[in-house]
Amino acid sequence: MPFAEFFPNGVWPYLAGGILLGLATALIYLTTGLITGASTFLESTLSYVCDYAQFRRYVDSRDWRLVFTLGIVAGAAVYAVTVQQGIWVTQVQWWRLLFGGILVGFGTRMGRGCTSGHGICGLGSLSTTSLVNVATFVLIAIGTAHIVEALGVTP
Amino acid sequence: MTTQTMTRRHPLFMPVIFLGGLIFGFGLGLSRMVRPEVVLDFLQLDDLGLLFVMGGAAVVSGVAFFWASYRGGRAPLTQTSYQRRLMPFDRDVVVGGAIFGVGWGLSGICPGAAYASLGVGNYPILLAIGGMFLGAFLFGYLRSRAETTPGGGSPQAQSAMARQ
Repeated sequence: MPFAEFFPNGVWPYLAGGILLGLATALIYLTTGLITGASTFLESTLSYVCDYAQFRRYVDSRDWRLVFTLGIVAGAAVYAVTVQQGIWVTQVQWWRLLFGGILVGFGTRMGRGCTSGHGICGLGSLSTTSLVNVATFVLIAIGTAHIVEALGVTP
Repeated sequence: MTTQTMTRRHPLFMPVIFLGGLIFGFGLGLSRMVRPEVVLDFLQLDDLGLLFVMGGAAVVSGVAFFWASYRGGRAPLTQTSYQRRLMPFDRDVVVGGAIFGVGWGLSGICPGAAYASLGVGNYPILLAIGGMFLGAFLFGYLRSRAETTPGGGSPQAQSAMARQ
């Protein structure tokens, strides 16, 4: 069956995880009206140590963004203790994480959002801007991952 | 909006933000997006399960966005009015998305999943998180320099950012 071929690990863990991401976003939105994008945390936290105008605009939101991020780390730790039962460490090479991270930090701030801000909240808002951004980063990422794989880098 | 959230926050504001983060982090663990290997499997088109992560999340949050903004009123913990996430479109949205795409395809990690990955004990992800801070700093540095010169920056984009 072609469907199963593209989903070797099934769809339920993915769908259940996605629904939880949506519920968390909805909980914060309905109670506070705030939209939770994960990458703004980078700039809002930099405002503690650097007074560029680009970072200063997030001074008012930097405290709750820090608390939200600490919640994410703690929630994943709860998952590790209860479901995963132990720590998990990636085999992806260090230079991919470091240089990929630099591009992710630069690109998400320039593009005003990431997989959560544009991908969850923007698409959920049926924003054309977010749709264009998500289509761009998904297609470019698919191309990049294929090129890196073709160059024989694993993982 | 930012001033309102500063001055009229309910005592439950921070606990709810933390609870939302907890659920978000647990969901990222459950979806396996905390593992760069799983994201790379998706991007290499070996396992398309991640479509259901972003799709499920966007549908659930989308119902909340449309329901609340249609119904009107103000959020109980901040007295903020409900608005959908609608950002202005310009070249930065495409160029930034493309740069993010190269980084995501190279590393298999995005910001939210990186924070959660730290929570599952994946300590090498600190390299990616450090890189993300460095990248965001470089962008802020270049943008701040551009804004000190006449005609630099986009006022429309900045006012939209300030509302977030």
